[in-house]
Amino acid sequence: MGRILIRGGRILDPATDRDAPGDVLIEDGRIAAVENSIEASDAEIIDAEGLWITPGLIDIHTHLREPGQEYKEDIGSGGRAAVAGGFTAVACMANTNPVNDDPSVTDYILDRARQDSPARVYPIAAATKGLSGEVMTEMVALVEAGAVGFSDDGMTIMDSGVQRRVLMYSKLVEAPVIVHAEDRTLVGKGVVNEGPVSTRLGLPANPAVAEMVQVARDLMLAEVTGAHLHVAHVSTAGAVESIREARNRGLHVTAEATPHHLTLTDEATLGFDTNTKMAPPLRSVADVEACRQGLVDGTIDAVATDHAPHAVHEKEVEFTTAPSGVLGLETALPVVLDLVRREDLTPLQLIRRLTVNPARILGVEGGRLDTGSPADVVVIDPERQWTYDPYKGYSKSRNSPWAGQTLQGRAVATIVGGRLVYDVDRGVLAP
Amino acid sequence: MMGRGLLGIEDLERSDIETILETAERMQEVGRRDVKKVPTLRGRTIVNLFFEPSTRTRTSFEIAGKRLSADVVNFTAASSSLTKAETILDTAKNLDAMAPDAVVVRHSVSGVPKRIADELGAPVINAGDGAHEHPTQALLDLLTVREQKGRIDGLTVTIIGDVAHSRVARSDIYAFRKMGAEVRLAAPPTMLPVDVESLGVKGFTSLREAIDGADVVMALRIQFERLAGALFPSVREYSATFGVDRAKLRYAKDDAIVMHPGPVNRGVELSHDLADHRPSVILDQVRNGVAIRMAVLYLLAGRKRVEREEE
Repeated sequence: MGRILIRGGRILDPATDRDAPGDVLIEDGRIAAVENSIEASDAEIIDAEGLWITPGLIDIHTHLREPGQEYKEDIGSGGRAAVAGGFTAVACMANTNPVNDDPSVTDYILDRARQDSPARVYPIAAATKGLSGEVMTEMVALVEAGAVGFSDDGMTIMDSGVQRRVLMYSKLVEAPVIVHAEDRTLVGKGVVNEGPVSTRLGLPANPAVAEMVQVARDLMLAEVTGAHLHVAHVSTAGAVESIREARNRGLHVTAEATPHHLTLTDEATLGFDTNTKMAPPLRSVADVEACRQGLVDGTIDAVATDHAPHAVHEKEVEFTTAPSGVLGLETALPVVLDLVRREDLTPLQLIRRLTVNPARILGVEGGRLDTGSPADVVVIDPERQWTYDPYKGYSKSRNSPWAGQTLQGRAVATIVGGRLVYDVDRGVLAP
Repeated sequence: MMGRGLLGIEDLERSDIETILETAERMQEVGRRDVKKVPTLRGRTIVNLFFEPSTRTRTSFEIAGKRLSADVVNFTAASSSLTKAETILDTAKNLDAMAPDAVVVRHSVSGVPKRIADELGAPVINAGDGAHEHPTQALLDLLTVREQKGRIDGLTVTIIGDVAHSRVARSDIYAFRKMGAEVRLAAPPTMLPVDVESLGVKGFTSLREAIDGADVVMALRIQFERLAGALFPSVREYSATFGVDRAKLRYAKDDAIVMHPGPVNRGVELSHDLADHRPSVILDQVRNGVAIRMAVLYLLAGRKRVEREEE
């Protein structure tokens, strides 16, 4: 493995609070040096003049669909989409077929990832067998196999007794329990946020209180168990406030928000475009503002995409029957760079929420640029404008609300373990 | 808007509505003739694409098309595209390849006519989608009120019942508001849509307050098959609280009329007697439905395909 010298960029390393111009030298898959100026005559040079050099982005919430739904995505295509979007590591949810509720499935995912994915892949295992919300999974064996967290995700565990035991038992392995917090009885058949938009569209409404009730329950259970609760894709002002209050009381709670919940409102659904259907749904302007504020003040630790590929034919149906979810890996960076352009966050603050914070939540390495760390690095052009066409992207699916839009900001080079795996001009280079 | 289809009243200007009503008034005359047929749409093809069973609306559109001499084709599709493994857009593209001059769409899910219209060269007429809109129903309601009252401006219209799940209510709210009427809603809180004020109307939970001084009292059909037990505890309690009978009607203006989009659950939304006799105008609504649909088909399907595509 050769040496790579990234030269003359703005180094943003939140783990060390570094925001300064300089060079980064990569050697043997590790960060060898970070200095104002480095000479390395035999190294491959990446010119980062006018660009940012940051740790590789880490997405703790994706659906890679393998095994079982490879027509939507597989670990290879998801991994390529990841590195094209600047992500060097992704965590994948357990709702595959078969469900990742058994170490053999975790092994399979990691094996496929080693063969097919240019990005690192961290499997999240199911919290209960078959995502049925009844019997908890073998967490010890799953962690030994490589699982980094536990979640039934969209199959929210409604039985509070089961949820409490899952949280209690998770302390044995010190891995987070990740919740898609929506009370399914309050959601009912709801597909759009309850409010003026649902009233206009006449579509079944999903009220904000469905999330608020479930977050409140899970925070109480986290408190009595002392377990690490991670709240996925927070979407309501009420949930942000509950989490903020819980953190102030010292609970071990972390949270994420998606690019779509941070930037789009339910008004985006007014044309009945099923690529604006997600769970939880796009919310009101006030909710979006509260989520942004939560991300700014640290109530929400991380940005995570909830990358959810679905085939075109699955989305070209009635709004009520279309599956929920949108692509995220290839658009997340430019979309959330909007928060820097609006001056809600400094570049260093935003990168923290995309790198070291998500790494800390899952307890994985990476997300930092200090000497000796794994050389997962991305070079970002924050100004570069480009038009997103999902048909030209790396995901197998096309379901994006940003299709056809001109976005600003893009990963121009992505390095995983010291290997250049993506270059904006040449595309994905490996494996 | 006309020319591209009729997807909802929300998209219309007042002037569009006036045009449709004036055209419909001319069509009413055709309906009074011995031979109720004019050659206006001869050679044009109208497809009734109904994904949801509806005898009344489909028949009304069919009669309207036939009175204009159009070739009317009824296409009854399975209600869910999943059961057929064919997407809505597949259906639309296949239909488009057969070059119809207008497509009338009814579907149980909001937004389907819009998605089909996006793919189709021919104008799409929404014959009711989910709880979204039912524009021809609102237009026939306007025509009926104007026929009965001579005007719409300045009237008070009270709509009673399951507004939250009613496409008729939404279209009527937009239609009567655009034509200058005040619209009030009356329903149990479980049947009022959230943020209903955003539609420019006031919601009441007291029928008496809502009906006070009203010129038009419109009762909506209760959908037992969908809602039993969920939004109201019993038919008895609903009809006692929100059912309209002659005693409750006394709070409205003396010359108030009673309307219902049909079919009536007798003794539930309306007393038996009111369903059949004045001041209810339910059969006038049905009669005017044909005239409105003739007007809409005339305005949309009467134009050459080339003209439409040049827009």
